[in-house]
Amino acid sequence: MKSDRLAIGFVPLVDAAPLIVAHEMGFAAEEGLFFELHRAPSWSALRDRLSFGHLDAAHMLAPVPVAAAMGLGGGGAHLDVLSVLSMNGTVIGVSNTLAEQLHDYGHSFDFQNAQAAGQALIAVCQKPLRIGVPFPFSMHAELVCYWLTALGLPAPENLDIRTIPPQLMVDAVKASEIDAFCVGEPWGSKVVASGCGTLLLPCNAIWAFAPEKVLTVRHDWIKPNTELNHRLIRATWRARRWLAQPSSMTLTSELLSRPEYLDVDADIIECALSGQFTISEQGDQRNVPGFVEFHKGAAGFPWRSQAEWIAHQLARRTGLDPQEAAKRAQSVFRTDLHREALRATAADLPGASSKCEGALSDDSEAPSHRGRVVLQRDAFFDGRIFEPLPFDPHKILAK
Amino acid sequence: MQTNLSIIVVENDRERAIQIVDSLREAGEFEIHVIAEATSLARQIKARQPDIVLIDMSNPSRDTLEEMTLASGPLERPVAMFVDQSASGLSTAAIEAGVSAYVADQLRPERVRAVLEAAIVRFQMFQRMRTELAETKRALEERKVIDRAKGLIMKARKVEEEAAYAILRKAAMDQSKRVADVAEALVTAARLLS
Repeated sequence: MKSDRLAIGFVPLVDAAPLIVAHEMGFAAEEGLFFELHRAPSWSALRDRLSFGHLDAAHMLAPVPVAAAMGLGGGGAHLDVLSVLSMNGTVIGVSNTLAEQLHDYGHSFDFQNAQAAGQALIAVCQKPLRIGVPFPFSMHAELVCYWLTALGLPAPENLDIRTIPPQLMVDAVKASEIDAFCVGEPWGSKVVASGCGTLLLPCNAIWAFAPEKVLTVRHDWIKPNTELNHRLIRATWRARRWLAQPSSMTLTSELLSRPEYLDVDADIIECALSGQFTISEQGDQRNVPGFVEFHKGAAGFPWRSQAEWIAHQLARRTGLDPQEAAKRAQSVFRTDLHREALRATAADLPGASSKCEGALSDDSEAPSHRGRVVLQRDAFFDGRIFEPLPFDPHKILAK
Repeated sequence: MQTNLSIIVVENDRERAIQIVDSLREAGEFEIHVIAEATSLARQIKARQPDIVLIDMSNPSRDTLEEMTLASGPLERPVAMFVDQSASGLSTAAIEAGVSAYVADQLRPERVRAVLEAAIVRFQMFQRMRTELAETKRALEERKVIDRAKGLIMKARKVEEEAAYAILRKAAMDQSKRVADVAEALVTAARLLS
């Protein structure tokens, strides 16, 4: 059988795993697809190559398609999300100078209490706190902003969020360009290894189940390629399901470490996949179960309420109308396509397409099309609950 | 009278920077600054308030410039990634050539055209050079491996160089592989056994 080629872009990070695994382990071939994987040097380059049709699909920061729908950044192409590729998987760290001040203040570096860590940070840091994130439209920026604003350190007056590409984060900390950073693995651990920083929190301490990377395509590519995008969703779903098996971890680390993918030691990748961290130069160890999640708890389901939460945050940060932003964003996460594509598979999908974000303080059962599906704990550190808008299906049909 | 456009070129390779500046000078009268890659890139650019910023798409620092599209302070000028509305597809050509342009808001597209066209030609040349260099390097490395494999066959089978190459080529044809790949496998295997 001749397979259909899809040009797919990714940024060399641990959470590009579903695309790399789909290609390497034959899940793409099973759907008659051949993934031509292109490594991108930056998020903006990846987004633009997708927008201008050089790529069919891309591994993308969840807020990028939402920002595009709000008219922020980029070439203006309308982007849609077919699936979530990964949940969580990022860390926050501080310069060693700031870490020392936190120690003196009595902070325990427990690596789980966002409230305590944030309050200690606000008490000792110079204002404005300069914090590096990989991209202006990223969960890193949104989560940091949500966390510190809630604790009384508002942006931009007292919080200066700066964009620094992950591979330059070490240099920025060394040069005292920034006091703190929020970044995906393996880059946080690399700052620790270079001896200039200490890890403070995994981001799932801020929001227990936050969408991180999404499978993104151009909106106008979907209609003429219905069959193809269904196969793409199924191939990545199988890859994510395979990734969720503990026995897959070693092989995944080996695959990702190859020079054409991450070009990083397999050991470092395995640490991120298993949530084992060395948080300081002194070798303090912390363990974060479920540090990055590909499949469990309907992780791949692109909840419209997730898109709305992102739009809400982004709007508040950029001075746009949050209600209007949420309205534009909700149709970007294509629950309809995700459902259609997976109907004939063993995937168990939630019955609803939108939910109150942050309402689950424990793993809970929810109605699904087969019966019950278990959703992961998704609480925010401050216990707030985000109510989504009612959805107007006519808007999607009219588009 | 319109003032000359001010352009910032972000490029840390001196040689390449000079070439870009020369190309732009040929295209018109501009005020041009070059910034070598640095961690405070976005702020350096903001301080200069240029009309146009040009940067190599393969430069990871491009993400830092994306911050400027969010500029909201009263003294900051909004900046957007250049997207032309004309049928000429200048943006697509730019992306193919590997150059990104950020342009101050309310700058008329025809003023940007000459700058972008000159940059595109120059970056296409860089890209060709990069491909050629990579190809040459690969060819050289393959040649080395093939020579080593030939040497191994000559020693093991006690044959001349030409015969050794024939054996290698036949093995490649039989397995429908490239000669270089078979040579590589042989060299790796020999290293393991020695």
